[in-house]
Amino acid sequence: MFKISNLTVSIDDKEILKNFGIEVGPGEVHAIMGPNGSGKSTLAHVCAGKEEYTVLSGNVVLNDEELLEMEPEERSTRGLFLAFQYPIEIPGVTTMTFLKSSLEAHYKANGREPLTTPEFMKYVKSKATELNIDDSMIKRPLNVGFSGGEKKRNEILQMALLDPKICILDETDSGLDIDALRLVAEGVNKLRNDNRSFIVITHYQRLLDYIKPDFVHIMHDGKIIQTGDSSLALDLEKSGYANYIK
Amino acid sequence: MPAVKETVKQVGDIGVEKYKFGWSTDLETEKAPIGLSEDTIRFISHKKDEPKWMLDWRLEAYQRFQTMKQPNWAKVDYPDINFNDMYFYSAPKDIDGPASLEDVDPELLKTYDKLGIPLLEQEMLAGVKKNIAVDAVFDSVSVVTTFKDKLAEVGIIFCSISEAIREHPDLVQKYISSVVPKSDNYFSALNCAVFTDGSFVYIPPNTRCPMELSTYFRINDKNTGQFERTLIIADKGSYVSYLEGCTAPQRDENQLHAAVVELVALENAEIKYSTVQNWYPGDENGVGGIYNFVTKRGDCRGRNSKISWTQVETGSAVTWKYPSCILRGDNSVGEFYSIAISNAYQQIDSGTKMVHLGKNTTSKIISKGISAGNSSNAYRGLVSSHRKAEKARNFTQCDSLLIGNKCSAHTVPYIDCKNSSSIFEHEATTSKISDDQIFYCGQRGIGTEDAIALIVNGFCKEVLQELPMEFAVEAQKLVGISLEGSVG
Repeated sequence: MFKISNLTVSIDDKEILKNFGIEVGPGEVHAIMGPNGSGKSTLAHVCAGKEEYTVLSGNVVLNDEELLEMEPEERSTRGLFLAFQYPIEIPGVTTMTFLKSSLEAHYKANGREPLTTPEFMKYVKSKATELNIDDSMIKRPLNVGFSGGEKKRNEILQMALLDPKICILDETDSGLDIDALRLVAEGVNKLRNDNRSFIVITHYQRLLDYIKPDFVHIMHDGKIIQTGDSSLALDLEKSGYANYIK
Repeated sequence: MPAVKETVKQVGDIGVEKYKFGWSTDLETEKAPIGLSEDTIRFISHKKDEPKWMLDWRLEAYQRFQTMKQPNWAKVDYPDINFNDMYFYSAPKDIDGPASLEDVDPELLKTYDKLGIPLLEQEMLAGVKKNIAVDAVFDSVSVVTTFKDKLAEVGIIFCSISEAIREHPDLVQKYISSVVPKSDNYFSALNCAVFTDGSFVYIPPNTRCPMELSTYFRINDKNTGQFERTLIIADKGSYVSYLEGCTAPQRDENQLHAAVVELVALENAEIKYSTVQNWYPGDENGVGGIYNFVTKRGDCRGRNSKISWTQVETGSAVTWKYPSCILRGDNSVGEFYSIAISNAYQQIDSGTKMVHLGKNTTSKIISKGISAGNSSNAYRGLVSSHRKAEKARNFTQCDSLLIGNKCSAHTVPYIDCKNSSSIFEHEATTSKISDDQIFYCGQRGIGTEDAIALIVNGFCKEVLQELPMEFAVEAQKLVGISLEGSVG
């Protein structure tokens, strides 16, 4: 379904990912944990096609298609979604306009007729209700003046609207209080299904109390050094990373 | 190759294609002798069959022009213009003025059709196209003016300025150069001497113009300057909305468009003047393009009058333009809404002047400058109040958006307040489209060019809202097209 193999990536001649590999089956949730500087965010950005990295070798394949050759927007319309650690602000562009442009681009790429404005509004409303998200924020400029919680909820709402196949959550728990964290995690849980897979990148076990992973990987120095089930995260929480990093 | 660079390269490869009005029409033309001289002026005046007072008026302006120097205070840089190398009059052969539609050369009609300018009244009346009256100016002549008769039924005069000089000399003599004096500046003096065509509008008292009026300026011939002259008078209690559009073929040499536009609003009258300026901007290396040196000024002459300028400036190699309002009548209102977009090597120095003379006069300035490529984009604005202008009020908002790291934005506001009851406000911001914004949009499926158009349209929303509906849609598209290939 989603497979990364032998991925080596550098920035400014410094190797960040070193022969990184992971395979995610349909409907699976994989957590990647690791200390600061282990390359977690780089991994998320490279999968989504951010420019400043140099891919030296490897493959990122979604449903038999190589993503590394594609523009970010193509990867998006093929079904890859990245929930940003720091969602970007765009002044002057209302969240609604943005969501509509985004959805239209997806529909166009997949040969579907665009929704009319009333249909679109109805669709947003239904998804927001489903996720228990207050949709009043869609009238405001995208992420401008949003609280940390609102920004992350907006990411989850977009995820729901775009109906992706693989979702990468880049430290979605950072900057959230416990209530916001629960709301966001519940949203993610509602979006879990047999065909949609998740990679959840986090520092802390806390998020995994709410989003139960099928696999937990410990990442260090650009590669996975240990893989286990959810109990690995609990052990890690007790003993710290030092035990695993030799 | 990284995504954005790849896109930019692709766009660069098709760069010359992106200005879609860059073609020219092959027509036999009649020209004035090359260069600027009294003979040229006499030739133009003769061609237009003008009365003697007009010729004398032109010659006087020419004398003043000869004593003047090119202004150099604007933040633009271009070689001295050699007036001896250009033609000041060029017209399709056998056209001395606006004809009826049946008489217009089919080649010309095709040209306007290709430009998307509606000239066929039947189609419009049948509702096929928008109901709008058009004066079509081709190089130095107005080739056709539509809906003249229909407008005349309610007493509105809408014709070319050349025709107005012949048919309505009293009105022309009363108002011409009453807003922009002959020797106001170098280019306005030049315009007075050699102006060729433009539009004349008179709205009688208490009349609301029943349709949009517009003039469409097309430069076609090479080595030819275009000297537009437009005069709009809104008599007491009347209202008119007017729009001008401009395009030119793509050529390696620079061409001059030096216009003078005068608006007069009498008591309780309102004029809304919109411009979508899309002259050829030059190629991606800054070769060619139009020099757009324009003096536009409106006089709120009567009490409670209002003049509103809206401009979308995307074309021209060099723009030098300050649509202004003289708020003479008590309680009069001046507005200026501007979107100025510069890409490649374009240079813009544009803004407005709000001169508060009457009591309780108010003005509003919303300026959105967008710079991309290697361009330079300056806002220059003056807000002043006379010592008798009690309670003058101005609000200015001046925002700049930068795309890439080789362009520049400048803001040069002048405030000259001589009355202590004035309240003048000035707000300004500068921001940049970041790679992170582009990446974020991309991650949600929106490609680079669309992302820029989305962000820029969001940035200038307040001004786009001021345009007549149909043009707002066009302008939005234009904003996207002008910025293609601007990220690198």
